[in-house]
Amino acid sequence: MPLVEVSNLVKYFPVRGGLMNRILRQVHAVNGVSFAIEKGEILGVVGESGCGKSTLGKLIIHLLEATAGEILYQGQDISQLSSRELMPYRRQMQMIFQDPHSSLNPRMTAGNAVREMLAFHKIVPKSELPAAVDTLFAKVGIHADAKDKYPHEFSGGQKQRVGIARALAVNPEFIIADEPVSALDVSIQAQVLNLLMELKDDFDLTMLFISHDLKVIDHFCDRMLVMYLGTLVEEMPCRDIQADALHPYTQALLGANPLPDPTQRHELTVLSGEVPSSYDLPQGCPFVARCPLVTEQCHAEMPPLLETEPGHRVACWEL
Amino acid sequence: MSQTQPLLEVKNLKVGFRTDRGNVTAIEDVSFQVRAGEILGIVGESGCGKSVTSRSIMRLLPERNSFIDPGSEILFDGKNLAQADERTMRTIRGNRIAMIFQEPMTALNPVFTIGWQLDEALKYHTTMNKTERRNHAVEMLRSVEIPNPEQRYREYPHQLSGGMRQRVVISLALCCDPELLIADEPTTALDVTIQAQILRLMDKLRQKNDTAVVLITHDLGVIAQICDRVIVMYAGQIVETSEVNALFSRPQHPYTKALLESIPQPGPAHHQTRLPTIDGVVPSLFELPAGCRFQDRCAFEEDQCAREKPALSKEANSRTVRCFFPRNES
Repeated sequence: MPLVEVSNLVKYFPVRGGLMNRILRQVHAVNGVSFAIEKGEILGVVGESGCGKSTLGKLIIHLLEATAGEILYQGQDISQLSSRELMPYRRQMQMIFQDPHSSLNPRMTAGNAVREMLAFHKIVPKSELPAAVDTLFAKVGIHADAKDKYPHEFSGGQKQRVGIARALAVNPEFIIADEPVSALDVSIQAQVLNLLMELKDDFDLTMLFISHDLKVIDHFCDRMLVMYLGTLVEEMPCRDIQADALHPYTQALLGANPLPDPTQRHELTVLSGEVPSSYDLPQGCPFVARCPLVTEQCHAEMPPLLETEPGHRVACWEL
Repeated sequence: MSQTQPLLEVKNLKVGFRTDRGNVTAIEDVSFQVRAGEILGIVGESGCGKSVTSRSIMRLLPERNSFIDPGSEILFDGKNLAQADERTMRTIRGNRIAMIFQEPMTALNPVFTIGWQLDEALKYHTTMNKTERRNHAVEMLRSVEIPNPEQRYREYPHQLSGGMRQRVVISLALCCDPELLIADEPTTALDVTIQAQILRLMDKLRQKNDTAVVLITHDLGVIAQICDRVIVMYAGQIVETSEVNALFSRPQHPYTKALLESIPQPGPAHHQTRLPTIDGVVPSLFELPAGCRFQDRCAFEEDQCAREKPALSKEANSRTVRCFFPRNES
C-alpha cells in the first residue's frame, strides 16, 4: 500500500467581487490530479509559477481544503476529517517552507521554536525537553550555542536548518518540502540538499519535494510529477530525465534550463507565449497555446494520462 | 569607437557605507573593462558586492550613507563618473547607460500607462516630436517581442504578466539606444521558459546594436549561456576574471571551483550523490579575516593564506586570479 494516495484531487479558488460579493469566476489551481507516493521515496513536483504545485502540497497536508477528490494516508481518507480528527496525522506529516525567515516566529529563539513543537505534541517528557532540542540541533548541523539566538541572527541556510529541525521534532514519516532551497545561494543549497538526503535515511522519511528548478529535482528525487496549469502532464522516474522525458512541456522545461557549461551553449528552447490564466482553461490540453506539436484533437479534447512504461505516465495526444 | 578602446573602464573601485557600527567597505580593488558588443558577467553569492558594483557605475547609491573612495575611477567615454555631479549623471543615466533591475513591477510606475513611461524617457532624452515618440515607443515594444504593441502601449503595468513586464523594462532601458546596458539579475524573478525568452532577446539586441552588457547574476547557468567574459566576486572583491570557456573548464580560484562543483549535475552518474559543498559562511564585512577572505572555507588553505592578503595576479590569456595557490587542473 502506498503511504499517500491522491485521486482526482481538485481545488478551485473562487474569485469574488461586484455587488453582493458574488463568485465571479473560479481559479482552477489543481485540476483532477492523481498519483501515489510509496513509503521511503522522494517524489518531486516541478512546474512554473501558478501551475498548482504549492497548492497541491498544501492540500495534502490539509492547510487548504480540497474542492473534490480523495487523499488517502495509509489507506485512510483524510480529506474530510475535522481538525481534531486530523491531530494524529499532523504528527506524521510535516512541512518545510520556502522562506525560512517568514516561517519562523521572529520573537522566539531557535531553541524555543523547536521546543514548542516537542512540547505541544508531547513527544518527550518535560524533563527531557532540553536534551531533545540539543539532539535535533546536532542532527541538522547547528551548533548548540545557537539555541538562544533569534531568527534574524541566522543566515538563510541556518534558518532553513532550524525550519527543518522543527519539522523533524515530531518524528514524522512524511515531509512536504515546498521550495526548500530556492531562496538559498548555490553553495548553501548544496549543503541543505545533502542534509535532507542524510535525514531522509536517518529518519526513514518519505518526501514530496516541490521545486521550480529541474536541476534540483533531477538530482534529488526518485520520481517526479510535471504540472502545467493545475494538470499533471507527466509522471516519470528521475534517473535520466534528459533521455526519458516525453511530454513536450517537460522537454521545453529541459531545453530552457541553462546548463552551467558554455561548450554546450545551445539555442535555449524558447516557448512562444505565456502561461495562460487559470481562470479560463482551454477545453482540450492545457498546453495547447504554447505546444509546438499541437493538432486539432488537442484543442478539442483533454489527453488522458497513459502509461508508456511502468512508472512513466504522459498526457499527450502526439506520442 | 574603435574595438580596442574599452567603453567602460573601472579602476580600483572602492565603495563604503556609513552604518551604526561604523564605516564598512562593501567592495574594494574592483577593476574591469567592458567593450562594445561584449557581454560581461558578474557572478557571486548574496552580499559579494555585485549589485553595489553596478549601482556605483550608475551612481545610484544614496549619498547619505554611502561613499565612493576618491581614488576610484569609473571611466566612461573619457569621463570619470566616480566624481561626476548629478547634472552630468542625468545626461548619461537612462540615455547612454541604462539599467534593468530584478523586479520588473517595482521598476515600472503602477499609475501610468506603459506608453506614458516610454514617452517620458524619450521626451527627456531626445528631440523627437509627439508622433515620432509614439511611433518609436510602439516600435520598441515590438522589438522586444511584445504581442499587440499598440494595445499594450495604452495598458498599465498590472495588466501585463511578469515576463511581459520585464520586456517592457528592457524596451524602456533600450529606447534611447544606450551604449551600455547594466542588467542586475534580470531573469531571477522569472520562470525558466520566460528566462530563456529574455536571454535570447538580450543576445539579439547586443548583436543588432553592438550594445555592451554587464550582466549581474548568481546563476552560473545563465553566465555559461550568454556571457563572453566573467568576473567572479567574493566578499567584496574580484577573485577571478576569465573568458567564459576557460572559467568553466579550468577554474583557477578555489572558490570558483567549489561554486561550480556545488551545482547539481544532470544524468544518472550524479543522481542522488552527495553534492560537494563549501563549508561555513561568507565572512561579515565587519570582521574580515587578516589574510585571504576565503581562507576559512578554502579546501587548499596554507599558512600564507592566513597571514597575507593575496593580490589579483595576471595569468595567461588575460585571466586574473586572487590566490596564492591557483588551481591548474581541469
